Amino acid sequence: MSMKISSRQVDGVTIVDCSGRITLGEGSVMLRDSVRELLAKGQKKIVLNLADVNYIDSSGIGELVSAFTTAKNQGGELKLLNLTKKVHDLLQITKLYTVFDVKEDEAAAVKAFK
Amino acid sequence: MAEQRVSYTLDSTLETVDSAEEKATNIATELGFGEDEVMQISMAVREGTVNAVLHGNAYDPHKKVTLAFERKSEELVITIRDQGKGLDLSKIPNPLAPENLLKTSGRGIFLMRSFMDVVEIRPSKTGTELKLIKHVHGPSAGGKEASQ
Repeated sequence: MSMKISSRQVDGVTIVDCSGRITLGEGSVMLRDSVRELLAKGQKKIVLNLADVNYIDSSGIGELVSAFTTAKNQGGELKLLNLTKKVHDLLQITKLYTVFDVKEDEAAAVKAFK
Repeated sequence: MAEQRVSYTLDSTLETVDSAEEKATNIATELGFGEDEVMQISMAVREGTVNAVLHGNAYDPHKKVTLAFERKSEELVITIRDQGKGLDLSKIPNPLAPENLLKTSGRGIFLMRSFMDVVEIRPSKTGTELKLIKHVHGPSAGGKEASQ
């Protein structure tokens, strides 16, 4: 299953709903382009909803890191929402779980932006 | 488990990466590995193939990737060979070091080592040879690492 991305606004926060695979190639590129597009439009409060992301490889992990640092460098903030067990485990073993701000509830994620 | 070996010669393309992962998933499933182990094996093969296609052969259409699965009595042995210039493991930074955590690449070999029981990377006659081994009844993750 290839990657699908859509975004919506909730109280000034952009929720990016991702589904499928974030892997080398199309999936990683789509995520990168989406985040950069949002930042360019001034939408700097971003939540990546990964509830339907069933697979991610090292390239996808790198893309999440890139999205996180790109947002931060442009004065924005990016949080992760609804990790599947596979993605959660990958972020744990790569020690990135504590680097990202990970939320399990959309309302709490939205509220957490200052 | 009857001993059996199957080998594929593949182009240096992104499609090869997906194809290698799919083959690994199918073979590991056929061999009776559990769902988590199948995911670990297929991801290790994916990462190994990415290295061969991208860093080894650099997408060169004249260079091939060889992928072999060998079913032995108590283990699955996977070999991935490329025709690249080789890999200097000493130059690969530890992705868990604090200064490397926010790097956007460099986690492939670490993931392979996390998921497989044995990971060997060595120069071959034509490039680099990667050997990945998963024991049939071995630990499911975080296994030991072979010398390189």
